[in-house]
Amino acid sequence: MARPRLDLWAPVRRLELTGRAAVWWQAQSKLTRAAAMVVLAAFFYALPLFKVPILDTPQSDFASVLFYPVGIYVLMAMGLNVVVGLAGLLDLGYVAFFAIGGYAMGLLGVHLHWNFWEVLPVAVLASMTAGVILGTPTLRLRGDYLAIVTLGFGEIIRITARNSDPLGGPRGIFGIPHPPNVGSLKFGILDPKPYYWLLLTLIIVVIGIVRRLEQSRVGRSWTAIREDEDAAELMGVPTFRFKLWAFAIGAGIGGAGGSVFASKVISIVPDNYPLILSILFLAAVVLGGSGNLAGVIVGAFVVAYLPERFRGFAELRVLIFGAALVIMMIFRPQGLIPNRRRAAEMEDTPGGGGLGALGGELPGTAGAAGAADA
Amino acid sequence: MYGVLGLINFAHSEVFMIGTMGALFASRAMDIHPGVGSVHSGLALVLILVGCLLAAMAASGTIAVALERIAYRPLRKRGASRLAALISAIGASLFLSELFGWSKFAKFLHIHVRSFEPFPRLMNKSTLFTFFGANVRTDKAVIIVSALVMMIVLDRFVRRSRLGRGIRAVAQDPETASLMGVNIDRIVSATFLLGGIMAGAAGLLFLLFYENTVYNVGFVLGIKAFTAAVLGGIGNLRGALLGGLTLGLLEKYGGSVFGAQWIDVIAFVLLVLILMVRPNGLLGQALSKARA
Repeated sequence: MARPRLDLWAPVRRLELTGRAAVWWQAQSKLTRAAAMVVLAAFFYALPLFKVPILDTPQSDFASVLFYPVGIYVLMAMGLNVVVGLAGLLDLGYVAFFAIGGYAMGLLGVHLHWNFWEVLPVAVLASMTAGVILGTPTLRLRGDYLAIVTLGFGEIIRITARNSDPLGGPRGIFGIPHPPNVGSLKFGILDPKPYYWLLLTLIIVVIGIVRRLEQSRVGRSWTAIREDEDAAELMGVPTFRFKLWAFAIGAGIGGAGGSVFASKVISIVPDNYPLILSILFLAAVVLGGSGNLAGVIVGAFVVAYLPERFRGFAELRVLIFGAALVIMMIFRPQGLIPNRRRAAEMEDTPGGGGLGALGGELPGTAGAAGAADA
Repeated sequence: MYGVLGLINFAHSEVFMIGTMGALFASRAMDIHPGVGSVHSGLALVLILVGCLLAAMAASGTIAVALERIAYRPLRKRGASRLAALISAIGASLFLSELFGWSKFAKFLHIHVRSFEPFPRLMNKSTLFTFFGANVRTDKAVIIVSALVMMIVLDRFVRRSRLGRGIRAVAQDPETASLMGVNIDRIVSATFLLGGIMAGAAGLLFLLFYENTVYNVGFVLGIKAFTAAVLGGIGNLRGALLGGLTLGLLEKYGGSVFGAQWIDVIAFVLLVLILMVRPNGLLGQALSKARA
């Protein structure tokens, strides 16, 4: 059993890049950190204005690519990260909230002529409500059951949209209004840059919210639930309520992403929201490092950007992507930039559950199984 | 099927797809092509069916075992989390289905690129007899009978044979099983092989009825299969049968009441409702709550 394993990452791991970066980051003064963040944000705001030769996407407009898929994927991955990475709930139907946000924007914008800023909070609320409606009956389920039910939910939303005439049926909704102009920023058809800036602002706001949440009582409860739900419950964490919160917050972020997307593309159809999108969002989270905000953003960037960069392989991109997922899981299951706590959970757990014990769950539940039997 | 090992095999739908491809190439190898003259009867038909069946089973079985070796075993050895295994399976699933959708590979196999490839009609699809006013066609009779036989054989096999006992032992408690001298690797491989063979057989039955296949044919079917398995209770063969039957019947009835386009919605709403009342599926034991 103790056959030496091919460890390609060993030299990189010895450098402890992410660990060192984190330590260095913590050691900086508040002012330096704030300045660094401002510089970073400024860089991203300025990104579509320059033609960076390496980053540019030869076959499609760079600013468009930055908006969709890159920006949208980043936002969606951050939302899904709350559910999967922080609370440890496997959601395979996350695209449903993207769809609900989009349809809220479409319906209210087209029929009631609300403007973007009026719809956005409503769309977020609608998605959160949908998250609670989905979560209330299903969050008592665990593991595979939850995965399959959420997957079903994603399909239900898509098929319902396709079959309902008020929602436009298979032709979807057309003529969704653009956001109103802000000063000299014109939200038109041709220029994707304002949308990108809008999305980037949203992303920064969401980063702020998620970071606050992570470090709050809510975030600690999520960690406890993720690591051992039974123990958390015994310690007095109201697990069900916090799981529901994770679902609702994740859904709200997804809904916001859906609204922005819909107002940019003007027309949405049910087939904009296939199951594969849920899987790609999940892949972004896992690839980057489930539970780590920076990792998730990098993961989403990789998942969204690389296929655009290498359009020549367009036909092969999902194929390469599938292989990459397998290889990633074999050699670096914790993701590119792992959450340290989460990495410890994903790492070897000899005899402590996981696949090592084949039938086991996450580490710790093996004991719970014994308790339940008794 | 894979409930025995306590994890969802997302790539099972691709194993199924490769089974249909195996049967397709077997039919070509026997020089049977879609169109006139493909219908056979008597001994010739039986031989052709057996040939296709073996090819489908071989293709699916091989790919299932390869899948276990490549996408699962390294993770299992390391004791990775279930999430990691699930993602790895999703990756393998994407890879396989896209491989068959890739134009160069499809040309190499002489199949249509990303569209349905016809399968020859092997038997005369006339009405065999009527049963309570329902017409029973030859192909349907063959499918139902073989599906039942497969179920019974599988159920007997898992319950009675030595290998079946090993599978159940590993499913219940892998560590104790290995202490008792069960070779876990062998059992897991065998389980995948068994699942692959079943998927291959199912692939042929699918072809007999629908008479075409495509690179992502397994996708919707795979989701339905998991729904059925969850409905019946993961890790329970008889539950899977009951779940499949319930799902199929309710979809048909629901489809005729609400309209065919709502079938999938009905299926999933039903799943949620049943799981609310019985979180372990229809026939799931209390034990599986602790495990799943």
